[in-house]
Amino acid sequence: MALTIKEVEHVAMLARLSLTEEEKKVFAEQLGAILGYVEKLNELSTEGVEPLAHILPVFNVFREDEVKPSPPREEIMANGPLTEDGYYKVPKIV
Amino acid sequence: MQLYEMTVHEVKALLDKKEVSAREVLDAVMERIRKVEDKVKSFVTITEDLAYDKASWCDEKAEKGAIKGIPYALKDIICTKGVKTTCSSRMLANFVPFYDATVARLLDEQHGLLVGKLNMDEFAMGSSTEQSAFFPTRNPWDLERVPGGSSGGSASAVAADEVFFTLGTDTGGSIRQPASFCGIVGMKPTYGRVSRWGVVAFASSLDQVGVFAKDVEDCALIMNIICGKDPLDSTSVDLEVPDFTSFLHTDIKGMKIAYPREYFGKGVDEDIKAAVMKALKHYEEMGAVVEEVSLPHSEYALPAYYIIAPAEASANLARFDGVRYGLRDFKADNVIDMFSNTRKEGFGPEVKRRIMLGTYALSSGYYDAYYLKALKVRRLIYNDFARVFEDFDIIISPTTPTVAFKLGEQSDPLTLYMNDILTVPVNMAGLPGMSIPCGFKEGLPIGMQIIGKAFDEGTMLKAAYAFEQTTSYHQVKPALEVK
Repeated sequence: MALTIKEVEHVAMLARLSLTEEEKKVFAEQLGAILGYVEKLNELSTEGVEPLAHILPVFNVFREDEVKPSPPREEIMANGPLTEDGYYKVPKIV
Repeated sequence: MQLYEMTVHEVKALLDKKEVSAREVLDAVMERIRKVEDKVKSFVTITEDLAYDKASWCDEKAEKGAIKGIPYALKDIICTKGVKTTCSSRMLANFVPFYDATVARLLDEQHGLLVGKLNMDEFAMGSSTEQSAFFPTRNPWDLERVPGGSSGGSASAVAADEVFFTLGTDTGGSIRQPASFCGIVGMKPTYGRVSRWGVVAFASSLDQVGVFAKDVEDCALIMNIICGKDPLDSTSVDLEVPDFTSFLHTDIKGMKIAYPREYFGKGVDEDIKAAVMKALKHYEEMGAVVEEVSLPHSEYALPAYYIIAPAEASANLARFDGVRYGLRDFKADNVIDMFSNTRKEGFGPEVKRRIMLGTYALSSGYYDAYYLKALKVRRLIYNDFARVFEDFDIIISPTTPTVAFKLGEQSDPLTLYMNDILTVPVNMAGLPGMSIPCGFKEGLPIGMQIIGKAFDEGTMLKAAYAFEQTTSYHQVKPALEVK
Protein backbone atom coordinates (compact mmCIF):
# COMPACT_ATOMS: atom_id res chain seq x y z
CA MET A 1 0.00 0.00 0.00
CA ALA A 2 1.31 3.43 -0.91
CA LEU A 3 2.45 5.75 1.86
CA THR A 4 0.64 9.06 2.22
CA ILE A 5 2.36 12.24 1.02
CA LYS A 6 2.33 13.38 4.64
CA GLU A 7 4.26 10.27 5.73
CA VAL A 8 6.77 10.80 2.94
CA GLU A 9 7.25 14.43 3.98
CA HIS A 10 7.78 13.41 7.61
CA VAL A 11 10.43 10.81 6.69
CA ALA A 12 12.15 13.25 4.31
CA MET A 13 12.30 15.80 7.12
CA LEU A 14 13.90 13.20 9.43
CA ALA A 15 16.41 12.34 6.69
CA ARG A 16 17.16 16.02 5.96
CA LEU A 17 16.30 15.50 2.33
CA SER A 18 14.23 17.97 0.37
CA LEU A 19 12.08 16.36 -2.31
CA THR A 20 10.18 17.73 -5.28
CA GLU A 21 6.41 17.22 -5.41
CA GLU A 22 7.00 14.64 -8.14
CA GLU A 23 9.56 12.75 -6.02
CA LYS A 24 7.11 12.67 -3.12
CA LYS A 25 4.49 11.01 -5.32
CA VAL A 26 6.95 8.49 -6.75
CA PHE A 27 8.42 7.60 -3.36
CA ALA A 28 4.97 7.21 -1.81
CA GLU A 29 4.24 4.49 -4.40
CA GLN A 30 7.66 2.86 -4.47
CA LEU A 31 8.25 2.78 -0.73
CA GLY A 32 4.77 1.36 -0.32
CA ALA A 33 5.57 -1.41 -2.81
CA ILE A 34 8.91 -2.25 -1.17
CA LEU A 35 7.37 -2.26 2.32
CA GLY A 36 4.60 -4.47 0.96
CA TYR A 37 7.24 -6.93 -0.16
CA VAL A 38 8.95 -6.73 3.23
CA GLU A 39 5.64 -7.71 4.88
CA LYS A 40 6.64 -11.21 3.85
CA LEU A 41 8.78 -11.32 6.99
CA ASN A 42 5.60 -11.54 9.05
CA GLU A 43 4.96 -15.03 7.68
CA LEU A 44 7.72 -16.13 10.05
CA SER A 45 7.33 -16.52 13.77
CA THR A 46 10.36 -14.98 15.43
CA GLU A 47 9.23 -15.42 18.99
CA GLY A 48 12.23 -16.10 21.22
CA VAL A 49 14.71 -15.46 18.39
CA GLU A 50 17.65 -13.28 19.39
CA PRO A 51 18.21 -10.44 16.91
CA LEU A 52 21.52 -10.66 15.00
CA ALA A 53 22.98 -7.22 14.36
CA HIS A 54 26.46 -8.33 13.54
CA ILE A 55 28.00 -11.73 12.89
CA LEU A 56 31.25 -11.34 14.81
CA PRO A 57 31.52 -12.19 18.50
CA VAL A 58 33.00 -8.75 19.04
CA PHE A 59 31.45 -6.22 21.38
CA ASN A 60 33.55 -3.44 22.81
CA VAL A 61 36.97 -3.02 21.27
CA PHE A 62 39.37 -0.94 23.33
CA ARG A 63 42.85 0.34 22.70
CA GLU A 64 45.37 2.28 24.74
CA ASP A 65 44.64 5.99 24.78
CA GLU A 66 47.89 7.14 23.25
CA VAL A 67 48.68 10.44 21.60
CA LYS A 68 49.52 9.84 17.95
CA PRO A 69 50.18 12.25 15.11
CA SER A 70 47.15 13.54 13.20
CA PRO A 71 47.13 14.64 9.57
CA PRO A 72 47.71 18.38 9.15
CA ARG A 73 44.55 20.44 9.61
CA GLU A 74 44.99 22.15 6.23
CA GLU A 75 44.96 18.78 4.45
CA ILE A 76 41.78 17.70 6.19
CA MET A 77 40.05 21.02 5.63
CA ALA A 78 41.09 21.27 1.98
CA ASN A 79 37.89 19.39 1.08
CA GLY A 80 35.69 21.80 3.05
CA PRO A 81 33.28 23.68 0.79
CA LEU A 82 33.58 26.85 2.90
CA THR A 83 36.23 27.44 5.56
CA GLU A 84 37.73 30.39 7.37
CA ASP A 85 40.65 30.58 9.82
CA GLY A 86 40.63 26.83 10.47
CA TYR A 87 36.84 26.61 10.91
CA TYR A 88 34.05 25.29 8.73
CA LYS A 89 31.53 27.99 7.92
CA VAL A 90 27.77 27.34 7.82
CA PRO A 91 24.69 29.61 7.72
CA LYS A 92 23.73 31.27 11.00
CA ILE A 93 22.24 28.73 13.46
CA VAL A 94 21.01 30.87 16.36
CA MET B 1 49.37 -13.74 -26.33
CA GLN B 2 49.39 -10.01 -25.70
CA LEU B 3 50.85 -8.75 -22.42
CA TYR B 4 47.58 -7.17 -21.34
CA GLU B 5 45.74 -10.48 -21.76
CA MET B 6 47.90 -12.24 -19.20
CA THR B 7 47.04 -13.04 -15.61
CA VAL B 8 48.83 -11.55 -12.60
CA HIS B 9 50.87 -14.70 -12.08
CA GLU B 10 51.90 -14.85 -15.75
CA VAL B 11 52.99 -11.22 -15.97
CA LYS B 12 54.65 -11.49 -12.55
CA ALA B 13 56.81 -14.36 -13.85
CA LEU B 14 57.95 -12.20 -16.79
CA LEU B 15 58.66 -9.21 -14.54
CA ASP B 16 60.59 -11.35 -12.04
CA LYS B 17 62.78 -12.75 -14.82
CA LYS B 18 63.21 -9.20 -16.16
CA GLU B 19 61.86 -10.28 -19.54
CA VAL B 20 59.65 -7.22 -19.48
CA SER B 21 59.88 -3.96 -17.53
CA ALA B 22 57.09 -2.42 -15.47
CA ARG B 23 56.97 0.42 -18.00
CA GLU B 24 56.44 -2.04 -20.84
CA VAL B 25 53.62 -3.73 -18.95
CA LEU B 26 52.06 -0.35 -18.26
CA ASP B 27 52.47 0.69 -21.92
CA ALA B 28 50.54 -2.42 -22.96
CA VAL B 29 47.79 -1.73 -20.44
CA MET B 30 47.47 1.97 -21.31
CA GLU B 31 47.26 1.15 -24.99
CA ARG B 32 44.57 -1.41 -24.27
CA ILE B 33 42.64 1.11 -22.16
CA ARG B 34 42.84 3.70 -24.95
CA LYS B 35 41.52 1.13 -27.39
CA VAL B 36 38.54 -0.23 -25.45
CA GLU B 37 37.64 2.28 -22.75
CA ASP B 38 35.30 4.26 -25.02
CA LYS B 39 33.25 1.11 -25.45
CA VAL B 40 33.11 -0.25 -21.89
CA LYS B 41 33.57 2.90 -19.79
CA SER B 42 34.98 1.18 -16.71
CA PHE B 43 36.89 4.16 -15.33
CA VAL B 44 35.81 7.33 -13.55
CA THR B 45 39.42 8.50 -13.22
CA ILE B 46 42.60 7.31 -14.93
CA THR B 47 45.85 7.97 -13.06
CA GLU B 48 48.26 7.46 -15.91
CA ASP B 49 50.98 9.84 -14.67
CA LEU B 50 51.03 8.39 -11.17
CA ALA B 51 51.21 4.90 -12.62
CA TYR B 52 54.15 5.80 -14.87
CA ASP B 53 56.02 7.39 -11.95
CA LYS B 54 55.56 4.23 -9.96
CA ALA B 55 56.49 2.02 -12.93
CA SER B 56 59.79 3.89 -13.38
CA TRP B 57 60.44 3.48 -9.67
CA CYS B 58 59.74 -0.27 -9.96
CA ASP B 59 62.18 -0.60 -12.84
CA GLU B 60 64.92 1.27 -10.98
CA LYS B 61 64.61 -0.11 -7.46
CA ALA B 62 65.49 -3.57 -6.26
CA GLU B 63 62.85 -3.66 -3.48
CA LYS B 64 60.60 -6.69 -3.67
CA GLY B 65 56.82 -6.62 -3.85
CA ALA B 66 54.19 -9.29 -4.40
CA ILE B 67 52.65 -7.33 -7.28
CA LYS B 68 55.60 -5.14 -8.16
CA GLY B 69 55.00 -3.43 -11.49
CA ILE B 70 51.53 -4.92 -12.03
CA PRO B 71 48.74 -2.50 -13.01
CA TYR B 72 45.45 -2.67 -11.12
CA ALA B 73 42.49 -0.40 -10.37
CA LEU B 74 40.11 0.23 -7.48
CA LYS B 75 36.39 0.73 -7.17
CA ASP B 76 35.83 4.45 -6.65
CA ILE B 77 34.53 3.84 -3.12
CA ILE B 78 38.04 3.04 -1.84
CA CYS B 79 39.86 6.17 -0.67
CA THR B 80 43.13 6.96 -2.40
CA LYS B 81 45.42 9.68 -1.16
CA GLY B 82 45.54 12.59 -3.59
CA VAL B 83 43.29 10.80 -6.11
CA LYS B 84 39.61 11.72 -6.45
CA THR B 85 37.24 9.24 -4.78
CA THR B 86 33.72 9.94 -5.99
CA CYS B 87 31.53 6.92 -5.18
CA SER B 88 30.14 7.79 -8.64
CA SER B 89 28.08 10.48 -6.92
CA ARG B 90 27.63 14.18 -7.54
CA MET B 91 27.98 14.49 -3.77
CA LEU B 92 31.67 13.49 -3.90
CA ALA B 93 32.48 14.49 -7.49
CA ASN B 94 35.43 16.60 -6.31
CA PHE B 95 36.40 14.77 -3.13
CA VAL B 96 40.15 14.13 -2.81
CA PRO B 97 41.03 12.03 0.25
CA PHE B 98 44.11 12.95 2.25
CA TYR B 99 44.72 9.30 3.16
CA ASP B 100 44.75 5.83 1.61
CA ALA B 101 42.24 3.18 2.63
CA THR B 102 44.06 0.28 4.30
CA VAL B 103 43.50 -1.97 1.25
CA ALA B 104 44.83 0.75 -1.08
CA ARG B 105 47.90 1.13 1.11
CA LEU B 106 48.52 -2.64 1.22
CA LEU B 107 48.50 -2.89 -2.58
CA ASP B 108 50.69 0.18 -2.89
CA GLU B 109 53.19 -1.28 -0.40
CA GLN B 110 53.50 -4.35 -2.62
CA HIS B 111 54.35 -1.93 -5.44
CA GLY B 112 51.40 -2.49 -7.73
CA LEU B 113 50.58 0.29 -10.21
CA LEU B 114 47.28 2.04 -9.56
CA VAL B 115 45.99 3.05 -12.99
CA GLY B 116 42.61 4.41 -11.98
CA LYS B 117 39.33 4.42 -10.14
CA LEU B 118 36.36 2.42 -11.35
CA ASN B 119 32.74 3.26 -12.01
CA MET B 120 29.99 1.90 -9.75
CA ASP B 121 26.38 2.36 -8.80
CA GLU B 122 26.25 5.51 -6.71
CA PHE B 123 27.41 4.72 -3.14
CA ALA B 124 27.32 1.01 -4.14
CA MET B 125 23.53 0.99 -4.32
CA GLY B 126 22.44 -0.93 -7.40
CA SER B 127 22.96 -4.04 -9.48
CA SER B 128 23.75 -2.64 -12.93
CA THR B 129 26.10 0.37 -12.62
CA GLU B 130 23.32 2.39 -14.29
CA GLN B 131 22.96 4.25 -10.99
CA SER B 132 26.34 5.94 -11.48
CA ALA B 133 25.74 9.69 -11.50
CA PHE B 134 28.27 10.01 -14.34
CA PHE B 135 27.62 7.34 -17.01
CA PRO B 136 26.73 3.66 -17.23
CA THR B 137 29.42 1.01 -17.72
CA ARG B 138 28.95 -1.62 -20.46
CA ASN B 139 29.33 -5.38 -20.37
CA PRO B 140 32.34 -6.43 -22.50
CA TRP B 141 30.41 -9.54 -23.63
CA ASP B 142 27.65 -7.41 -25.14
CA LEU B 143 27.94 -3.64 -25.06
CA GLU B 144 24.14 -3.26 -24.99
CA ARG B 145 24.06 -5.04 -21.64
CA VAL B 146 24.96 -4.06 -18.10
CA PRO B 147 28.10 -5.39 -16.38
CA GLY B 148 26.15 -5.89 -13.14
CA GLY B 149 26.76 -3.87 -10.03
CA SER B 150 27.42 -2.22 -7.90
CA SER B 151 31.10 -2.94 -8.69
CA GLY B 152 30.41 -2.92 -12.45
CA GLY B 153 33.54 -1.02 -13.47
CA SER B 154 35.69 -3.36 -11.37
CA ALA B 155 34.27 -6.34 -13.29
CA SER B 156 34.27 -4.85 -16.80
CA ALA B 157 37.86 -3.60 -16.47
CA VAL B 158 39.13 -7.11 -15.73
CA ALA B 159 36.89 -8.82 -18.31
CA ALA B 160 38.02 -6.36 -21.02
CA ASP B 161 41.72 -6.89 -20.08
CA GLU B 162 42.12 -3.21 -19.13
CA VAL B 163 43.95 -4.16 -15.92
CA PHE B 164 45.15 -7.41 -14.35
CA PHE B 165 42.94 -7.27 -11.27
CA THR B 166 40.69 -4.89 -9.36
CA LEU B 167 39.10 -4.51 -5.95
CA GLY B 168 35.42 -3.96 -5.32
CA THR B 169 33.01 -4.11 -2.41
CA ASP B 170 30.13 -6.49 -1.76
CA THR B 171 27.20 -5.63 0.53
CA GLY B 172 24.55 -7.86 -1.04
CA GLY B 173 26.27 -9.32 -4.09
CA SER B 174 28.13 -6.34 -5.56
CA ILE B 175 31.27 -8.39 -6.30
CA ARG B 176 29.78 -11.79 -7.13
CA GLN B 177 26.94 -10.60 -9.40
CA PRO B 178 29.11 -8.43 -11.71
CA ALA B 179 31.83 -11.13 -11.73
CA SER B 180 29.15 -13.56 -12.87
CA PHE B 181 27.77 -11.18 -15.54
CA CYS B 182 31.29 -10.50 -16.87
CA GLY B 183 32.60 -14.08 -16.79
CA ILE B 184 35.44 -13.61 -14.30
CA VAL B 185 36.39 -14.63 -10.75
CA GLY B 186 34.95 -12.53 -7.91
CA MET B 187 35.63 -13.10 -4.22
CA LYS B 188 33.80 -11.64 -1.23
CA PRO B 189 35.82 -12.70 1.80
CA THR B 190 34.33 -13.41 5.23
CA TYR B 191 33.03 -10.31 7.03
CA GLY B 192 35.97 -9.18 9.16
CA ARG B 193 38.67 -10.71 6.96
CA VAL B 194 39.57 -7.48 5.16
CA SER B 195 39.82 -4.00 6.64
CA ARG B 196 37.06 -1.57 5.68
CA TRP B 197 38.99 1.45 6.90
CA GLY B 198 38.93 4.17 4.26
CA VAL B 199 36.17 2.48 2.30
CA VAL B 200 33.10 4.71 2.13
CA ALA B 201 30.46 2.94 4.25
CA PHE B 202 27.14 1.76 2.82
CA ALA B 203 25.85 -0.89 5.30
CA SER B 204 28.55 -1.46 7.86
CA SER B 205 27.45 -4.88 9.14
CA LEU B 206 27.36 -6.26 5.58
CA ASP B 207 30.05 -4.43 3.55
CA GLN B 208 33.20 -6.30 2.65
CA VAL B 209 36.07 -5.54 0.27
CA GLY B 210 37.07 -8.23 -2.22
CA VAL B 211 38.82 -9.18 -5.42
CA PHE B 212 38.05 -9.41 -9.14
CA ALA B 213 40.53 -11.57 -11.05
CA LYS B 214 41.02 -13.38 -14.33
CA ASP B 215 41.60 -16.70 -12.61
CA VAL B 216 41.51 -18.36 -9.20
CA GLU B 217 45.27 -18.28 -8.69
CA ASP B 218 45.30 -14.49 -9.12
CA CYS B 219 42.43 -14.23 -6.66
CA ALA B 220 44.45 -16.16 -4.07
CA LEU B 221 47.53 -13.99 -4.68
CA ILE B 222 45.61 -10.77 -4.07
CA MET B 223 43.78 -12.22 -1.05
CA ASN B 224 47.23 -12.86 0.47
CA ILE B 225 47.89 -9.12 0.29
CA ILE B 226 44.60 -7.59 1.47
CA CYS B 227 43.49 -9.89 4.33
CA GLY B 228 44.28 -9.43 8.01
CA LYS B 229 43.63 -7.49 11.17
CA ASP B 230 43.77 -3.72 10.95
CA PRO B 231 43.87 -1.73 14.20
CA LEU B 232 41.96 1.02 12.38
CA ASP B 233 38.94 -1.25 11.76
CA SER B 234 37.57 -2.71 14.98
CA THR B 235 35.49 -5.21 12.99
CA SER B 236 38.52 -6.70 11.26
CA VAL B 237 39.41 -10.00 12.89
CA ASP B 238 42.72 -11.00 14.40
CA LEU B 239 43.01 -14.47 12.87
CA GLU B 240 46.00 -15.94 11.12
CA VAL B 241 45.81 -15.44 7.36
CA PRO B 242 46.90 -18.60 5.57
CA ASP B 243 48.88 -18.56 2.33
CA PHE B 244 45.86 -18.88 0.07
CA THR B 245 47.97 -20.19 -2.82
CA SER B 246 48.66 -23.31 -0.73
CA PHE B 247 45.05 -24.36 -1.42
CA LEU B 248 45.49 -24.34 -5.16
CA HIS B 249 45.45 -27.98 -6.13
CA THR B 250 42.89 -30.20 -7.80
CA ASP B 251 42.61 -33.08 -5.37
CA ILE B 252 39.13 -32.62 -3.99
CA LYS B 253 38.39 -36.28 -3.33
CA GLY B 254 35.94 -36.56 -0.42
CA MET B 255 35.10 -32.83 -0.36
CA LYS B 256 31.50 -32.48 0.80
CA ILE B 257 29.47 -30.14 -1.39
CA ALA B 258 25.88 -29.11 -0.64
CA TYR B 259 23.49 -27.50 -3.11
CA PRO B 260 20.42 -25.83 -1.59
CA ARG B 261 17.18 -26.62 -3.37
CA GLU B 262 15.87 -23.12 -2.66
CA TYR B 263 18.57 -21.68 -4.94
CA PHE B 264 17.34 -23.69 -7.90
CA GLY B 265 13.72 -22.60 -7.62
CA LYS B 266 11.41 -20.66 -9.87
CA GLY B 267 12.74 -17.33 -11.01
CA VAL B 268 16.15 -18.83 -11.75
CA ASP B 269 16.85 -19.26 -15.47
CA GLU B 270 16.65 -22.93 -16.55
CA ASP B 271 19.90 -22.73 -18.52
CA ILE B 272 21.71 -21.35 -15.47
CA LYS B 273 20.35 -24.16 -13.30
CA ALA B 274 21.47 -26.69 -15.91
CA ALA B 275 24.97 -25.19 -16.10
CA VAL B 276 25.42 -25.33 -12.32
CA MET B 277 24.00 -28.87 -12.12
CA LYS B 278 26.49 -29.87 -14.81
CA ALA B 279 29.28 -28.34 -12.72
CA LEU B 280 28.10 -30.31 -9.68
CA LYS B 281 28.23 -33.48 -11.76
CA HIS B 282 31.78 -32.52 -12.70
CA TYR B 283 32.69 -32.21 -9.02
CA GLU B 284 31.18 -35.64 -8.39
CA GLU B 285 33.31 -37.12 -11.14
CA MET B 286 36.35 -35.57 -9.46
CA GLY B 287 35.54 -37.44 -6.27
CA ALA B 288 33.50 -34.92 -4.30
CA VAL B 289 30.37 -35.94 -2.41
CA VAL B 290 27.46 -33.83 -3.68
CA GLU B 291 24.11 -33.68 -1.90
CA GLU B 292 20.97 -31.57 -1.99
CA VAL B 293 20.16 -29.66 1.21
CA SER B 294 17.62 -27.10 2.37
CA LEU B 295 18.22 -23.55 3.59
CA PRO B 296 14.57 -23.03 4.55
CA HIS B 297 14.69 -19.31 5.29
CA SER B 298 16.37 -18.31 2.00
CA GLU B 299 13.35 -16.48 0.60
CA TYR B 300 13.28 -14.18 3.64
CA ALA B 301 16.85 -12.97 3.21
CA LEU B 302 16.06 -10.39 0.55
CA PRO B 303 13.15 -8.66 2.34
CA ALA B 304 15.20 -8.59 5.56
CA TYR B 305 18.16 -7.18 3.64
CA TYR B 306 16.02 -4.37 2.22
CA ILE B 307 15.34 -3.23 5.76
CA ILE B 308 18.77 -3.76 7.31
CA ALA B 309 20.93 -2.37 4.48
CA PRO B 310 18.90 0.84 3.95
CA ALA B 311 18.65 1.34 7.73
CA GLU B 312 22.43 1.22 8.07
CA ALA B 313 22.83 3.33 4.92
CA SER B 314 20.49 6.04 6.20
CA ALA B 315 22.73 6.39 9.27
CA ASN B 316 26.03 6.18 7.35
CA LEU B 317 25.00 8.70 4.71
CA ALA B 318 23.91 11.24 7.30
CA ARG B 319 27.52 12.48 7.21
CA PHE B 320 26.98 14.04 3.78
CA ASP B 321 25.70 17.39 4.94
CA GLY B 322 27.75 19.87 2.93
CA VAL B 323 29.85 20.98 5.89
CA ARG B 324 33.20 19.16 5.87
CA TYR B 325 33.51 17.77 2.36
CA GLY B 326 31.54 17.16 -0.78
CA LEU B 327 28.83 19.20 -2.42
CA ARG B 328 27.33 22.23 -0.68
CA ASP B 329 24.20 24.20 -1.40
CA PHE B 330 25.14 27.87 -1.00
CA LYS B 331 21.68 29.33 -1.56
CA ALA B 332 20.01 28.35 1.71
CA ASP B 333 19.96 30.99 4.44
CA ASN B 334 19.56 28.53 7.33
CA VAL B 335 21.41 25.37 8.21
CA ILE B 336 18.50 22.90 7.95
CA ASP B 337 17.73 24.00 4.40
CA MET B 338 21.44 23.89 3.62
CA PHE B 339 21.58 20.22 4.71
CA SER B 340 18.36 19.28 2.93
CA ASN B 341 19.15 21.06 -0.33
CA THR B 342 22.73 19.78 -0.41
CA ARG B 343 21.42 16.23 -0.11
CA LYS B 344 18.72 16.86 -2.71
CA GLU B 345 21.34 18.04 -5.22
CA GLY B 346 24.04 15.55 -4.27
CA PHE B 347 22.19 12.23 -4.21
CA GLY B 348 20.66 10.32 -7.12
CA PRO B 349 17.26 8.57 -7.05
CA GLU B 350 18.34 5.14 -5.77
CA VAL B 351 20.35 6.63 -2.92
CA LYS B 352 17.42 8.86 -1.95
CA ARG B 353 15.07 5.89 -2.11
CA ARG B 354 17.24 3.85 0.25
CA ILE B 355 17.78 6.72 2.67
CA MET B 356 14.00 7.21 2.78
CA LEU B 357 13.37 3.49 3.26
CA GLY B 358 15.99 3.19 6.00
CA THR B 359 14.84 6.30 7.79
CA TYR B 360 11.26 5.04 7.70
CA ALA B 361 12.27 1.62 9.07
CA LEU B 362 14.18 3.19 11.96
CA SER B 363 11.61 5.87 12.75
CA SER B 364 9.60 5.97 15.92
CA GLY B 365 6.77 3.44 15.88
CA TYR B 366 8.22 1.28 13.10
CA TYR B 367 11.54 0.15 14.59
CA ASP B 368 10.22 -3.09 16.12
CA ALA B 369 8.00 -4.00 13.19
CA TYR B 370 10.69 -3.62 10.57
CA TYR B 371 14.25 -3.31 11.82
CA LEU B 372 14.07 -5.60 14.85
CA LYS B 373 12.03 -8.13 12.91
CA ALA B 374 14.63 -8.14 10.13
CA LEU B 375 17.47 -8.70 12.63
CA LYS B 376 15.62 -11.71 14.04
CA VAL B 377 15.14 -13.14 10.58
CA ARG B 378 18.84 -12.56 9.99
CA ARG B 379 19.52 -14.92 12.91
CA LEU B 380 17.35 -17.61 11.29
CA ILE B 381 19.28 -17.26 8.02
CA TYR B 382 22.57 -17.50 9.89
CA ASN B 383 21.35 -20.66 11.66
CA ASP B 384 20.33 -22.26 8.33
CA PHE B 385 23.90 -21.99 7.05
CA ALA B 386 25.40 -23.12 10.37
CA ARG B 387 23.33 -26.31 10.23
CA VAL B 388 24.43 -27.17 6.70
CA PHE B 389 28.08 -26.45 7.47
CA GLU B 390 28.01 -29.03 10.29
CA ASP B 391 28.04 -31.68 7.54
CA PHE B 392 29.46 -29.96 4.45
CA ASP B 393 32.62 -28.13 3.37
CA ILE B 394 31.10 -25.77 0.82
CA ILE B 395 27.75 -24.83 -0.69
CA ILE B 396 27.31 -24.34 -4.44
CA SER B 397 24.52 -22.48 -6.25
CA PRO B 398 23.97 -20.20 -9.22
CA THR B 399 25.32 -16.68 -8.53
CA THR B 400 22.48 -14.85 -10.30
CA PRO B 401 18.95 -15.73 -11.41
CA THR B 402 19.61 -14.42 -14.96
CA VAL B 403 22.52 -13.60 -17.25
CA ALA B 404 23.38 -9.93 -17.91
CA PHE B 405 20.31 -7.89 -18.90
CA LYS B 406 20.09 -4.93 -21.26
CA LEU B 407 20.64 -1.34 -20.21
CA GLY B 408 17.32 0.20 -19.26
CA GLU B 409 15.62 -3.19 -19.12
CA GLN B 410 15.12 -3.21 -15.33
CA SER B 411 13.79 0.15 -14.25
CA ASP B 412 11.47 -0.86 -11.40
CA PRO B 413 13.33 -0.88 -8.04
CA LEU B 414 11.89 -4.17 -6.80
CA THR B 415 12.73 -5.96 -10.07
CA LEU B 416 16.28 -4.69 -9.79
CA TYR B 417 16.52 -5.80 -6.14
CA MET B 418 15.68 -9.38 -7.16
CA ASN B 419 19.09 -9.66 -8.84
CA ASP B 420 20.61 -10.15 -5.41
CA ILE B 421 18.30 -12.93 -4.28
CA LEU B 422 21.01 -15.63 -4.38
CA THR B 423 23.88 -13.52 -3.03
CA VAL B 424 22.28 -11.51 -0.20
CA PRO B 425 21.91 -14.45 2.24
CA VAL B 426 25.71 -14.84 2.26
CA ASN B 427 26.20 -11.25 3.45
CA MET B 428 23.46 -11.65 6.04
CA ALA B 429 25.38 -14.60 7.50
CA GLY B 430 28.77 -12.87 7.08
CA LEU B 431 30.14 -15.84 5.12
CA PRO B 432 32.69 -15.82 2.31
CA GLY B 433 31.32 -16.27 -1.21
CA MET B 434 32.78 -16.26 -4.67
CA SER B 435 31.63 -16.51 -8.25
CA ILE B 436 33.49 -18.34 -10.99
CA PRO B 437 32.52 -18.84 -14.64
CA CYS B 438 30.75 -22.15 -15.33
CA GLY B 439 29.08 -21.78 -18.72
CA PHE B 440 27.42 -19.54 -21.29
CA LYS B 441 23.87 -18.77 -22.35
CA GLU B 442 23.67 -17.32 -25.84
CA GLY B 443 27.21 -16.04 -25.55
CA LEU B 444 26.73 -14.46 -22.11
CA PRO B 445 28.63 -15.81 -19.09
CA ILE B 446 26.99 -17.87 -16.33
CA GLY B 447 28.47 -17.74 -12.82
CA MET B 448 28.58 -20.40 -10.14
CA GLN B 449 28.54 -19.27 -6.52
CA ILE B 450 30.70 -21.07 -3.98
CA ILE B 451 29.90 -20.33 -0.34
CA GLY B 452 32.30 -21.29 2.45
CA LYS B 453 32.44 -21.52 6.20
CA ALA B 454 33.44 -18.33 8.00
CA PHE B 455 37.17 -17.67 7.53
CA ASP B 456 37.58 -20.75 5.35
CA GLU B 457 38.19 -19.01 2.02
CA GLY B 458 40.93 -21.58 1.44
CA THR B 459 38.52 -24.46 0.88
CA MET B 460 36.44 -22.31 -1.50
CA LEU B 461 39.55 -21.42 -3.47
CA LYS B 462 40.49 -25.09 -3.65
CA ALA B 463 37.07 -26.03 -5.00
CA ALA B 464 37.15 -23.12 -7.45
CA TYR B 465 40.65 -23.97 -8.65
CA ALA B 466 39.81 -27.66 -9.11
CA PHE B 467 36.84 -26.74 -11.33
CA GLU B 468 38.66 -24.05 -13.26
CA GLN B 469 41.74 -26.13 -14.02
CA THR B 470 39.66 -29.01 -15.38
CA THR B 471 37.38 -26.82 -17.53
CA SER B 472 38.02 -23.98 -19.98
CA TYR B 473 35.25 -21.41 -19.33
CA HIS B 474 37.74 -18.92 -17.86
CA GLN B 475 39.81 -18.92 -21.05
CA VAL B 476 37.07 -17.58 -23.32
CA LYS B 477 37.40 -13.83 -23.89
CA PRO B 478 34.72 -11.32 -24.89
CA ALA B 479 34.77 -9.76 -28.36
CA LEU B 480 33.79 -6.27 -27.09
CA GLU B 481 30.96 -5.86 -29.57
CA VAL B 482 27.24 -5.41 -29.57
CA LYS B 483 25.65 -8.84 -29.90
